[in-house]
Amino acid sequence: MDEIISFVVSKYNYWAFIILMMIGLYAMIAKKNLVKKIIGMSIFQTAIILFYVSSGAKKNATLPIIEHGHGETPHPILAVDYINPLPHVLMLTAIVVSVATLGVALALAIRVYHQYGTLEEDEIHSQINGK
Amino acid sequence: MSQFPALIITVPLLAALLIAAADRLNPRLCFPMAVAALAVSLFSSTGLLFLVLKNTVVQYRLGGWAPPFGIEYRVDHLNAIILVLISAVAFLNLLASKKKVEQDFPGKVGAFYALYVLFATGLAGIVVTGDAFNLYVLLEVTALTGYAMIGMGKGHAPLASLNYVFMGTIGASFYLLGIGYLYLTTGSLNMADLATLLPQIYDSKVVLFAFLFCLIGLFIKMAFFPMHAWLPNAYSYSPSAASGLIAPLTTKVMIYVMIRIALYVFTPTFSFANLTINAVLVWLAVVAIVVASVLALAQRSLTRMLSYIIIAEVGYMVGGFWLGNKAGMTGAILHIINDAAMTLCLFLAVGNILFMIKDDKFADLKGIIRKMPFSMAAFIVGALSIIGVPPTCGFFSKWYLIKAGLAADHYGFVAALLFSSLVNVILFFRIIEIGYFEPVSGPESPHHHGKTKNPVMEAPLGMLIPLAISAVMLVVLGLYTSTIVTHVIRFAIPSG
Repeated sequence: MDEIISFVVSKYNYWAFIILMMIGLYAMIAKKNLVKKIIGMSIFQTAIILFYVSSGAKKNATLPIIEHGHGETPHPILAVDYINPLPHVLMLTAIVVSVATLGVALALAIRVYHQYGTLEEDEIHSQINGK
Repeated sequence: MSQFPALIITVPLLAALLIAAADRLNPRLCFPMAVAALAVSLFSSTGLLFLVLKNTVVQYRLGGWAPPFGIEYRVDHLNAIILVLISAVAFLNLLASKKKVEQDFPGKVGAFYALYVLFATGLAGIVVTGDAFNLYVLLEVTALTGYAMIGMGKGHAPLASLNYVFMGTIGASFYLLGIGYLYLTTGSLNMADLATLLPQIYDSKVVLFAFLFCLIGLFIKMAFFPMHAWLPNAYSYSPSAASGLIAPLTTKVMIYVMIRIALYVFTPTFSFANLTINAVLVWLAVVAIVVASVLALAQRSLTRMLSYIIIAEVGYMVGGFWLGNKAGMTGAILHIINDAAMTLCLFLAVGNILFMIKDDKFADLKGIIRKMPFSMAAFIVGALSIIGVPPTCGFFSKWYLIKAGLAADHYGFVAALLFSSLVNVILFFRIIEIGYFEPVSGPESPHHHGKTKNPVMEAPLGMLIPLAISAVMLVVLGLYTSTIVTHVIRFAIPSG
């Protein structure tokens, strides 16, 4: 029992991302409202961003900015002292991508709303089949 | 010469921005700019193919940063030929699209061409890059422009596009997650670097799940059978100028990425021997081929029918690749090329029909062969190639796939291929029957005054010439199959 608890607690960042991802996936599959689906999509993407960002973190480490200038003697640089910046930089790109996806999705949702007068999927389908 | 890999991407990328700007000055500038950009892309990719034929691998370091840290463009035999394919298809379809775009999007010509060129850039980027994360970004560039182009269509296009957004995002996110696992375990994102780092940790569960996540993401993106539901609506409602680009290339490029990851990021021993999922995947492909063929029979309009045929063809390639023998991989890679060419030919022909008749329901196609003899002649060449009639290229790749199925003793796959060919015969001969034997109906029908029956109303020459080129290419590709296989594809498959 203690083992399970320590396993869960020690990897809490992964649990957080998995739970968020499942919430997003559930919203995309189960919700009937298109905007709710779009929100789910956003949560889903954010969960993966969280996963990357948390993977760069280290205990007792600081920002990856090397501090020796202005006459200070250079000292050896240890990777242990700095958090890994690469996942964060990658996620800057991924955030841009997810914002762009959100924009396209909302623009399409506006067009859908203008066309059918509703954003509820089942109402749209009954309109399509009723024609 | 040495800048070819960068030119393929940068020229159309900048051109897309300039096209959007030029639209404000004079919308007429947009089309020539798009043609020029894609012509440079086609020229560079052809040049690259010749370089690769001489030197085997072309590496290009963006910004001069050395590979494991910087992003590297890497062109070998496998992606050189697919680059030529992408730029050629994008170029031909662009030439044919001028009138269609003017008819479909008055006032939005610049926006459409900017998206079009950006989409072609994204596809070429996916193929040329040697960096797994860069591939994700370009995947999304392609996907986002694709959603926008499909959303510009008529009818239920926005809804179809929105559903595609959801599925596409799930697919791309799974791929991103897989890449994340690979990065956590190896600390690298460069494909060649990953290939040397991964074998030491093949028994790790994280690596296994990285592989599975990448694969599932790509299966969603390529519309492999249980994940295919987004494709028919998205492709059939998309404007015909866009579907001639999206339909031939998107699924094929995703299959290329699958091959790249299974063979060059992971090793064949891992993908085939350690995992033993290949048997499951081949059977899924068999189901995909059979189900998609049967569903194609139930459709009542041309583009929807073609969409289901695309899903069946995805089954051909996935199944052929995962059979795991040399003939199967050769067949799968050859079929990427051939299927893109024949889908282009069919979609261009359907584009001409849509341009002249405004609809592609079977009921509106009566007498179409007399009305549009040249477009339909090209359509029939494309149809024969899909069916697999010898002089056309479709026969040869299907031949390799069937040989691979026999060599692997996988009679289910062979039977599925033959079944789907028979269904294709029925599908296309039904069109020919409607188009040739049934009398013309509708407003133009000459039931009064006894005027001339069936006036020819062929599409304009600017749309016929690209279509004719694509139809001729089907036969040329077929005749040069052995050249392509011995000079290019043979080197694209790792030995063993």
